[in-house]
Amino acid sequence: MTLTITWFLFLAAGLFSIGLAGVLIRRNALVMFMSIELMLNAANLTFVAVSKELGLIEGQVTALFVMVVAATEVTIGLAIIVAVFRTRSSANVDELAELKG
Amino acid sequence: MAEMIVFIIFAAVALIGAISMVAASNPVYSVIGLLATMFAIAVLYLMLDAHFVAAIQVIIYAGAVMTLFLFVIMLIGVDTSDVYGAQTLRQRVMTGIVALTFFASIALAGRTVWITGSDAFGKPNLNGTAEAVAGELFGTWTIVFLSTVMLLTIAAVGTIALAYFPQDGTQDEVPR
Amino acid sequence: MVDFLWLVIAFPLAGAVVNLIFGRRIGQPASGWLAFGLVAVSWAIAVPPTIGFITGGAQTETIFLFAWIPLVGADAALLWDPLSALMTMIVTGVGALIHLYSIGYMNRDERYPRYFAFLNLFIASMMILVLAANYAMMFIGWELVGLSSYLLISFWFTKPAAAAAGKKAFIVNRIGDWGYLVALMVIFATFGTFDFNTIFSTAPGVLTAGTATAITLLLFVGAAGKSAQLPLYIWLPDAMEGPTPVSALIHAATMVTAGVFMIARSAVLFELAPVSGVVVAVVGAMTALVAALIALSQTDIKKVLAYSTISQLGYMVLGIGVGAYAAGVFHLTTHAFFKALLFLGAGSVIHAMAGEQDMRKMGGLRKKMPITFLTMGVAWLAISGVFPFSGFWSKDEILAETFARGGGYYVLWAVGLFVALLTAFYMTRLFVMTFLGAPRWDDGVHPHESPRTMTIPLIVLGFFTVSAGIVNTPVRLAFKHFLEPSFEGVVHAKSLDLGLLAILGTIALIVAVIGIVWSWRKYSGAELPAEDGRWWERSRAAFGVDEFFGRSLVAPGARASRWVADTMDLKVIDGAAHGIGGGVRRVSEGLAKLQTGQVRSYAGGVAVAGTILIFVFLYVGGAF
Repeated sequence: MTLTITWFLFLAAGLFSIGLAGVLIRRNALVMFMSIELMLNAANLTFVAVSKELGLIEGQVTALFVMVVAATEVTIGLAIIVAVFRTRSSANVDELAELKG
Repeated sequence: MAEMIVFIIFAAVALIGAISMVAASNPVYSVIGLLATMFAIAVLYLMLDAHFVAAIQVIIYAGAVMTLFLFVIMLIGVDTSDVYGAQTLRQRVMTGIVALTFFASIALAGRTVWITGSDAFGKPNLNGTAEAVAGELFGTWTIVFLSTVMLLTIAAVGTIALAYFPQDGTQDEVPR
Repeated sequence: MVDFLWLVIAFPLAGAVVNLIFGRRIGQPASGWLAFGLVAVSWAIAVPPTIGFITGGAQTETIFLFAWIPLVGADAALLWDPLSALMTMIVTGVGALIHLYSIGYMNRDERYPRYFAFLNLFIASMMILVLAANYAMMFIGWELVGLSSYLLISFWFTKPAAAAAGKKAFIVNRIGDWGYLVALMVIFATFGTFDFNTIFSTAPGVLTAGTATAITLLLFVGAAGKSAQLPLYIWLPDAMEGPTPVSALIHAATMVTAGVFMIARSAVLFELAPVSGVVVAVVGAMTALVAALIALSQTDIKKVLAYSTISQLGYMVLGIGVGAYAAGVFHLTTHAFFKALLFLGAGSVIHAMAGEQDMRKMGGLRKKMPITFLTMGVAWLAISGVFPFSGFWSKDEILAETFARGGGYYVLWAVGLFVALLTAFYMTRLFVMTFLGAPRWDDGVHPHESPRTMTIPLIVLGFFTVSAGIVNTPVRLAFKHFLEPSFEGVVHAKSLDLGLLAILGTIALIVAVIGIVWSWRKYSGAELPAEDGRWWERSRAAFGVDEFFGRSLVAPGARASRWVADTMDLKVIDGAAHGIGGGVRRVSEGLAKLQTGQVRSYAGGVAVAGTILIFVFLYVGGAF
C-alpha cells in the first residue's frame, strides 16, 4: 500500500469525531474546550493535506488563520470559564442552565 | 514504505492521545493526551511539506495554548468528579452513535466525492517554508492578515474585561 | 516621490483618529498644532511631485495601493495628474492655513480637539475625492466630505439653527448624491468598470450621445448639490452657522469646488454631450445671477460671502459648461485664495466684534484692525475683478471664452458681465460698511486686532490673492499648459486673439469700476442709506426660494410623515405588530420548553443536524 492523502483525511475525520464525542459527553468545561481544539486541529489537518494534494499553498495559510481564531477563542473561552468559576465555584456546564425556558 | 510506517505510528499516537483526552477523568491527563495529539499532528504536517505550519503548531498549540489550559486547571483546581463513566448509559450510547454516524458520513463523502485519487503525495510539488507562506500571507492575504491583528486585540481586551472585576464578586463596577 | 502620495491621505486621517481618541489628553493648543502640523506635512509631501508637473518633467501616473473590488475596476488607486496635483495643493495648502487660523479662532472652545479631528477628517476625505483613480473611490471621498461637512456645520449643535443647518446641508446634498450614484450605475452598465483611465480612453468609441447626455446630466445633479448650484444651493447660506474657519475651508475654498472638480475630471464625457454642456453653462450663469442679486441686500457679513461664493461657483460652472475647463479650474484656484481670505477676514472681524455678524453694527474698523483691513482690501479688489489682482484674470478668461463661443452664448456673456457689476457692488458695500465710515458698534464692544496665528494666514493668502493671477494671463498661459495633460483629448475652446481679449478685459474692468464707485458713493456716507423698496425686500428674503421649498416640499413631506406616524403607524403597523407579537409569543411559549439550558444537548443537536446535512448533500450530489 502506498500512502495517499486519503489516509490523512480519514485520520482527520476520526480525530474530529472523537472531538465531537468529547464535546457531547464531558461535563467539564475545560475538557469540552480541549475537544473543540481537537476538532479545529482535525480541520487544519484536512486543510494542509488538501493543500498538499492540490499543490496550493493557500491551504496552509488557511490553517494559520484557523490557528489564530483558535487562539482567540481559547483566550476568551478560558477567561469566561475563570469568570464563571469565580462566581459559581464550578466548571461543570450542566450546572449552568439558567437559560432554561 | 518508510513513510507509511511513520504515518501509522503518529496517526496511532494522535488517535490514542485524542481518546485518552476524552476518556480521562483527571483534566491534567486530558491536557497531556491532547498534547500528544498536537505533536503527532505536527509530525504529520511535516510529512505534508507544511514545515512552517508544523513549527507554528508546536509553538502556538503545544507551547502556548496547552500551557494556558494547564494554568487555568491549576487556577480553578483539578475537578475529577466528571468522568466518562459518570454519564448515563443512554448518553454514552447516543454520543457513540452520533460520533460514529458523523465519521461514517465524512468517510462516505471522502470516498465518493472528494478524493481524486491522485498520487500527489510524495512528490515535491509544494514547499511550505516560512518564506513561501509569508509570501502568500503578505501578498494576497494582507488585509485578512491585518484583520486578524484586530481580532487578537479584541480578544485581549475582552479577556481583560472578563477577568477584571473586584474581589467581592460584584461585576458591575469596572474600576477606572 | 509619487510612491509616498498615499501619506497625503493617511496623515490627516491619523490626525483625526488621534484627536478623536486622545484629543482631551493632548489638550487645548497642542491638539490644534498637531492637526495643523499633519496637514502641513501632507502639503510638503505633495510639493515635490507637483513641481515635477510645473517643470514639465513628470508624467500622469496611477498609483496602485491595494485591490479593493477588482471585479468592477475599483481599486484603491490614486490618479496623479496636474488637475489632482493642483487640487491637492489647494486643499492641503489652504487647509493648513485655515488649521493655523483655527488654533486662534477656536481658542477656549469646549470641544476644541473634536473640532480639529473633524477638520482633519475633512482634509483626508477631500484628498480621497481628489486623488481617486476611479468613480467608486471618488464616491467614497464624496460621501465622507459630505459627512465631515455635516459634522462641522452643526459643530455647535446646541444652537438649534446650527443643528438644522447641518441637517439641511446633508439632506440637500443627498439629492445631489442620488444623481451621482445613478450616474455611477449608468457608467458601470455602459463601461463595465469605474476606472477613469479605461472610461476616458474608451468613451469616444463606446458612448452614444444619448448615454453620454444621461451620464453627464446625472453627474451634474451631483455637482449641483455639492457645488451649490440652482436649485440646490439653498444649503450653503445656512451652512454659515458653522464656525467661520469651516465656512472658509469647506464652504468657500475646497468642498464646494468638488462638483466643479468632478465635472472637470469627467471633461471627456462632457465633451461627448453638447446638450449637457449647454445645460451646465445656463445653470451656472443663472446661479451666478440669482446669488449675486441676493447678496446685494444681505446684512449678515457671512451671508453676503455665502451668496457671493454661490455666485462665483456659478462662474466656474459657466466656464466649464462652455468647455473652458482650464479657465474654470483657474477661477476655482484664485477663488480658493481670495474667498478663503474674505471668510477668514470676516472671521477675524466677528472675533473682534465679540460675535457680532451684522454689518450695520460695524463700520470704522480700519484703524482698529489694520492687518485684517489691508488683506480684506486686497481680496475685495480681487473678487471685484480689478486689474491686476487674481480675480480679474480668472473671471475675465471665463467671460472671454464664453464670448468666443458666439451665438446664444453672447447672452450668457452679458449675464456674466452683469454679475461682475453686481459683485463689485455688493463686495464694496460689504467692505465699506465694515471697515470705513463711522463706528456703529454696540455698547461694550471693543474691537482689537486678532492674534498672530490668525493674521499670518491672512497675510499668506493675501499674497496669493495678489499674485495668483499672474500664472495665467492671456500673454502667458502657463496655467493652461500645466493642466493640459489632464484634459487630453478634450477640444479646447479656440484661442482668442489678444486684441479682442484686451477689449473684453477692458469692458469687464470698466464694469467693475462702475460697480465699485457706485457702491462706494452710496455707502461711504455718515448714515447708512435706506434699503427699502420692493426689490430690496425680495432680495433680502432671498426671493423666497427657501419658503417655496418649505411650502412645496417640506410641508407636504411633514404632513405625510405625520399621517404615517399617527394613522399608519398606530393603527396598521402597531396592530399588525401586536397581532404578530401575540402569535409569536404563544408559539414561543411552546418552543421554550425545548430550551433546556444544557449546553451539551445543544451541541448534540448541532452534531446531528450537521450529520444529516452531510447526508443530504451527498444525496443531492449523487453519491448514493
